[in-house]
Amino acid sequence: MIYARTLNDTLGRIIDADSRVVILGEDIEDPYGGAFKVTRGLSSGFPGRVRNTPISEGAIVGVAAGLAMEGFRPIVEIMFGDFVTLCFDQIVNHVTKFQAMYDNRVTCPVIVRTPSGGGRGYGPTHSQSLEKHFLGVPHLTTVAASAFHSPQQIFEKVLSQDAPVLHVEHKLLYPLPMATAETVSSQGLIFEQLGDGDALTTIAIRPVHREECRVTVVAYGYQATQAADVVLQLAMEEELFVELLVPAQIAPVDLEPLEASVAVTGSVVTVEEGTSGWAWGTEIAHQMVSRLYGQMRKAPIVLCSERSIIPSERRRESEMLVNPSKMKRAIREAAQ
Amino acid sequence: MYFAGPAEAQNGENHAEQRMERIATLKGKQCDAMPPDPRFAGSPGETRAFRFYRQMLSIRRFEETLLDLFDRGLLNGTTHCCIGQEANCVAVMEHLREEDHVFSNHRCHGHYLARTWDALGLLAEIMGKEAGICGGLGGSQHICAPGFKSNGVQGGIVPVAAGIAMAKRLRGIDALSVVFVGDGTLGEGVVYETLNIASLWQLPLLVVCENNEWSQSTPRQSNMWGDVRERFTAFGLPVHEIATTDVLQIDQAAEEAVAAARKASSPRALLIHTYRLCHHSKNDDNRPPQEVEGRWKEEPLVVHGERISSEDRERIRQEVDEAIEELVSSARSLT
Repeated sequence: MIYARTLNDTLGRIIDADSRVVILGEDIEDPYGGAFKVTRGLSSGFPGRVRNTPISEGAIVGVAAGLAMEGFRPIVEIMFGDFVTLCFDQIVNHVTKFQAMYDNRVTCPVIVRTPSGGGRGYGPTHSQSLEKHFLGVPHLTTVAASAFHSPQQIFEKVLSQDAPVLHVEHKLLYPLPMATAETVSSQGLIFEQLGDGDALTTIAIRPVHREECRVTVVAYGYQATQAADVVLQLAMEEELFVELLVPAQIAPVDLEPLEASVAVTGSVVTVEEGTSGWAWGTEIAHQMVSRLYGQMRKAPIVLCSERSIIPSERRRESEMLVNPSKMKRAIREAAQ
Repeated sequence: MYFAGPAEAQNGENHAEQRMERIATLKGKQCDAMPPDPRFAGSPGETRAFRFYRQMLSIRRFEETLLDLFDRGLLNGTTHCCIGQEANCVAVMEHLREEDHVFSNHRCHGHYLARTWDALGLLAEIMGKEAGICGGLGGSQHICAPGFKSNGVQGGIVPVAAGIAMAKRLRGIDALSVVFVGDGTLGEGVVYETLNIASLWQLPLLVVCENNEWSQSTPRQSNMWGDVRERFTAFGLPVHEIATTDVLQIDQAAEEAVAAARKASSPRALLIHTYRLCHHSKNDDNRPPQEVEGRWKEEPLVVHGERISSEDRERIRQEVDEAIEELVSSARSLT
C-alpha cells in the first residue's frame, strides 16, 4: 500500500479509537479530502471532528493549542510545508512554551502535519523543506515520515506522549509503496530496527555486515528511499558498502545508533533536502565529531540542497535539490 | 463573584506555610489557587460597592508594591502594571463562573488577582520563588492557574482562547472563554483570523478589548486607522462598548456582555475605553504629563470612592495595606 493511503487509514483508525482526536486544516473535508488526499473520507466518517478552516495557519495552530490544553488531541494539517512559517509564533511562543513555562500545570500536545519538499515543479514557495528552522525549538519533537516507518505506529506513539510534534511528510512519499523488512530483504539488503522496536526507532539498511561498511549515511524522509537505492547501486556496481540509518524522530535525534555505526565505519554522510548551512546534518556532524574525535577516518560530509530558491523548471530544480548522484559523489568521497 | 476557594477568613501569617504545603502536595499536578484573603477579595457579606472599592484598591496597592520592590532591587526582570484599569478587571470577573476560562496578556496582574485573589502565589511567582504559581518560571507575564492563563506575546493568545472555547463547545460545557487584549494588539493579524473563525464556528468567546489609548509609547491615532468597534463588527461580533472608569458602569456593561454571550453561545466583544496611568512597563513613559495628570482626576478609585464615606475608605485602606505588608513578608519568606 502506498504511503498516502497508509497515512489516511492511520488517521481514520486513530480518530475512531480516540475521542480526543480532532483534525483541522484547509480544504481537508470531503469531497476534496486535502490537497494531497490524506484526509479523504474522514470528514464523512467523523463530521464535526474533521473540520475545514479558513486560510489562517496561525489561528488554526492557536485554536489547536487551546484544544490541546483542554484535553483534546488536535492534529493540524498545514497544506504546504512552506506555510509553517505562518505558524511559527504559535509553535515557538505558545504551543511549545506552555507546558514548560507553566511549570507542568498543562500539556499542549498539538500535532502539526505538513506535506513538504520539492521534485514536483511547484517552485520556490510550494516545494521547501523548512523543518531545519524548527529543529532547535525546545520542547518540540520533529518527526519525518518515511517509507520505512509505519505511520500507524508513529501516530499511536505520538498520541501516547504529551510533546507537541511537527510531522513532516515529503510529497514524493505519498505515491510510494511502504517499505518493510520483507521488501527491503527481497532486494538483497539487510533491514534492521535498531533499539527496542519502538515506533520512533532508527532503521538500518545495509548490503553486508556493518563491519564491512566504509560509510554511514544518515537520511530521513523521501531522501531515505533515495539513499536506500543508492546503497544498493553502490554495492552492486562499485562494491562500495554503505550503512544507511533512517531515524523517524529527527529532533531531538537519538544519537546512540548513529555513534555506534560511525564508530565502526569511520565516516558519515548526512543527507537532507533542506538548504545548506545551519542544517540538520551540521548538528549531527558536530555530535559525531564530539563523540568520536580521533576515531573517524574522514571529516563528516553534510549534504543538503543548494542555498537558494527552488526553481520551478524541472532540470534546474533537480540540480538545485539534493539528489542520488550528489549522494553517490559524497559517499565515494567519504569512503576514501 | 466567583470565589476561587473556601472564603473563610485567612490570616496572612499562615499563608506562606499553607502555600508551601499546597505546593508540596500539588507538585506536578494542576495547582489550586490559594484561598482568597478577604482583606483583598472582600467577603460575600460585603456590599458590592465596598467590595469593588476594596478589590480595585488591592490591585492598585499590589502593583504599587511591585514597582517599589523593583526600585529597591528586590525583583528581577520586568512588569506591566494596569494602574488606572483596575475597574475593568474586577467588573468583568464579577460575572464569570468557575468553569469559564480567562486568557490574559502581558498586563495580567489585575486580571489574575480579580479572578483568583491568589496574591501570594502571584507575588511569589514574580519574585521567582519555587512556591510561585508557575514555580517562578513564568514571572510576571506567564501565569497558569485553573481557569486562567496569560502569555506575553501579542495576539497569539486570541486563537488559543478560541480553541479553549471550542473545547468547551465540543464537551457540551456551558462556559465562556474570555480573552483580554489591548488596543495595540489589534495590529496583529492573527486576531482577525480568529475573529473570523470564532464567528464562523459560533464559539463562546468574549473578547475584552481594553483601549487604553497608548500602545507602549505610541498613541492610538498613530497606530490604528478607523474605529476600534468596527474591527469587531466587521466579523459579526456584537460589541458592548463603554467609555468610563466607573466600575459600576463597567460592571453593568460586563454583565450584559457576559449574559449575551452565554445566551447566544457565540462570540462577543466588550470594548472598554480606558486609560493606563502608569508607564508601559518600568520607567518608560514619554506621554505628555498634563494628559496623564488630567486622567488621574478620573481614575477608578477616585470615581468610585465618591460613593463611599471617607471613614469607610480609610478602614478599607488600612485593611488592604496591612494585608499587603503581610503579603510581602510572607512572599519573601517562601523558597
